[in-house]
Amino acid sequence: MPTKLIGTKAIIIGASSGIGAELAKQIAEAGGLVCTIARRVDRMQPLADQYPERVFPFKHDVLRVDEVPELFQKCTDTLGGLDLVIYASGVMPEVGPHEYSTDKDLSMVGVNIAGAIAWLNAAATRMEGTGHGSIIGIGSVAGDRGRSGQPVYNASKAFMHTYMEALRNRLAKKGVKVVTVKPGPTETEMTANLNMKGAMPVEQAAAKILAVKDRTGEHYLKFTHRIAFYIIKRIPSPLFRKTKI
Amino acid sequence: MHSPLDRLAHVTGFGMVTGADGYRYRPTSVEEFHDILRLAQTTGRQITMRGAGRSYGDANIGTESILIDISRFNQILHWDPATGIIDCQAGVTLEQLWRYTLESGYWPPVVSGTMFPTLGGALGMNLHGKNAFKAGPIGNHVLEIEVLCPTGKQAILTQNDPLFFQVISSAGLLGIILRVKLQMKRIHSGDVRVLPISIPNWDAQFRTFEELRDEADYMVSWIDCFGRGKHAGRGDFHAAYYMNEPSPYPITLRPEHQDLPDTIMGFFPKSVVWRFLKLLNNRSGMRFTNWAKHTSGKILGNGKPHPQSLVGFSFLLDYVPGWRNSYLPGGFIQYQSFVPADHAPRVFARQIELQQNAKLESFLGVLKRHIPDKFLFSHAVDGYSLALDFKITERNKDDVWRLAHQMNELVIEAGGRFYLAKDSTLTPEHFARALGEETMEIYADLKATLDPNSILTSDLARRLNLDPRA
Repeated sequence: MPTKLIGTKAIIIGASSGIGAELAKQIAEAGGLVCTIARRVDRMQPLADQYPERVFPFKHDVLRVDEVPELFQKCTDTLGGLDLVIYASGVMPEVGPHEYSTDKDLSMVGVNIAGAIAWLNAAATRMEGTGHGSIIGIGSVAGDRGRSGQPVYNASKAFMHTYMEALRNRLAKKGVKVVTVKPGPTETEMTANLNMKGAMPVEQAAAKILAVKDRTGEHYLKFTHRIAFYIIKRIPSPLFRKTKI
Repeated sequence: MHSPLDRLAHVTGFGMVTGADGYRYRPTSVEEFHDILRLAQTTGRQITMRGAGRSYGDANIGTESILIDISRFNQILHWDPATGIIDCQAGVTLEQLWRYTLESGYWPPVVSGTMFPTLGGALGMNLHGKNAFKAGPIGNHVLEIEVLCPTGKQAILTQNDPLFFQVISSAGLLGIILRVKLQMKRIHSGDVRVLPISIPNWDAQFRTFEELRDEADYMVSWIDCFGRGKHAGRGDFHAAYYMNEPSPYPITLRPEHQDLPDTIMGFFPKSVVWRFLKLLNNRSGMRFTNWAKHTSGKILGNGKPHPQSLVGFSFLLDYVPGWRNSYLPGGFIQYQSFVPADHAPRVFARQIELQQNAKLESFLGVLKRHIPDKFLFSHAVDGYSLALDFKITERNKDDVWRLAHQMNELVIEAGGRFYLAKDSTLTPEHFARALGEETMEIYADLKATLDPNSILTSDLARRLNLDPRA
């Protein structure tokens, strides 16, 4: 068990399922304190029951950006400080190859982008002042190129990468760690009906994310991803158009 | 209602081992103090007081509280060179005091080993100096304080009010000291006569203190904590004497005569010295440094009095700027215990044996003589104090705390005391046993009356059960 997490005070947004839920579980198990934020508070309750002294669930819809400053402070007061903020909320509705649904697309903009801005701005304001803590944004290998299957999901994750890079350029010199992680396919509810091969178990993904929590920069979770996407990012667009990647 | 996030700052105690994020305000007027009290009430947030941040542990930090940093509340309101009485806002530092009054022939009645503490912080902790055996703590020399209670009431207290002796020493937990009227000490020269004596062992340490007690004005002894067997307790003793007849060299009363040089031998900048110190800041490096210091003290100048500037003699900690950085990345804690004279030789010798057995020798040991005082959280006894510095690393932290708790037991059994400005390791039980139940009850009653909502707190208060809200 990583002893480094003992006493770590974390806020995880999007902690009711998937990577966020697993991160919360691993932090609590390792002796950290964690405020879990999500709409589905019932999903987070079992963990809070298991660790009533260390897990504090809050019901919140990330589309309600106006609630964030107050709730953010409620979390830091509950935790008695702040070491780590992870924005793990993300949605990826199924989009058909010829579907252009503004509703579906804007839902991704709301959850994957607007929510991230609201929460990470609050985190950045605080950490710029204190010069202390880590911010982790969950990007995706899907954000490395615009691909035909998921235009807005790709774009929302590309936003996350660029936004996190900019935060890094502002905050790293103040001593704040700003970490972008780019998971590949992971076994979560979001990807359950995609029938993906070789998806990473969510426990493994969360453990790898926590291992790099203080390493400012961009991180793939698999060495093969690093190699593959180094190449994929460099395929010229006219060629890329002709592939099925 | 939420507090403004951009007020947040991460601050640490002087030892840099523990830090906390707090909403920092730096008031410059009494009205601003009242505004902050109101803000605390509307946001439900507590307040932690901080002066220059020179307390080593967690007395000047408060997790998620409003941090009132008094360093900009630092006007000298009135100075009367005829009487030596000075009236100051609480953020005035010891450095401001001596610079302001020296040319009129005055010096602060009590100073710590560094000139940076504020008067507010100094009185919160009731700090002492190398003249503690004669002058007691700084609170003894205060004529009047103006205190702001968390309820919003303001009161002027003198030595005739019992509350005067309770607010001073209470670590900023009973009231906010706004203004201090202090009696400065008359001096005739900016130099003191310093007598160094090389000391071979514990017996000689205590004997020297008792022999020179009546005649000296300042006494302090440095202890080499690596000395064992017949060398246990070896070190260098220094006594200093005010020069009573008017000095033939009035220039010694000029601040520029007092200023510490910023280079070594005229060219080597002191600002980088800590980086070299860092290379020595480990067990073998410090064993050598302590040995070298003791040996040079034995050979050079032993028993020969010499004049030294008051600043040079008083503020040893300011010689190497940024010296605490040599303890990075883990920082350090200071451990100072106060033991009645009868028990001090046994307790301090045992404390150092325990350190040696655990291979956790303090890199610096400082012995001083004290007299009792009547302040609420008084740290002084009729006896001695030994101050120790322990480097903290990720690996040794638990061991240092275990060692400190063993040393605490020795001190409490001997009827000793502790000093909140230095403390990092006490438990609520240790603190209560050292001060006695009666004192703790008086404190609890005062806290309930003066600060019924427990607005004033600190991480130290929360650790020692001095904050009823925690």
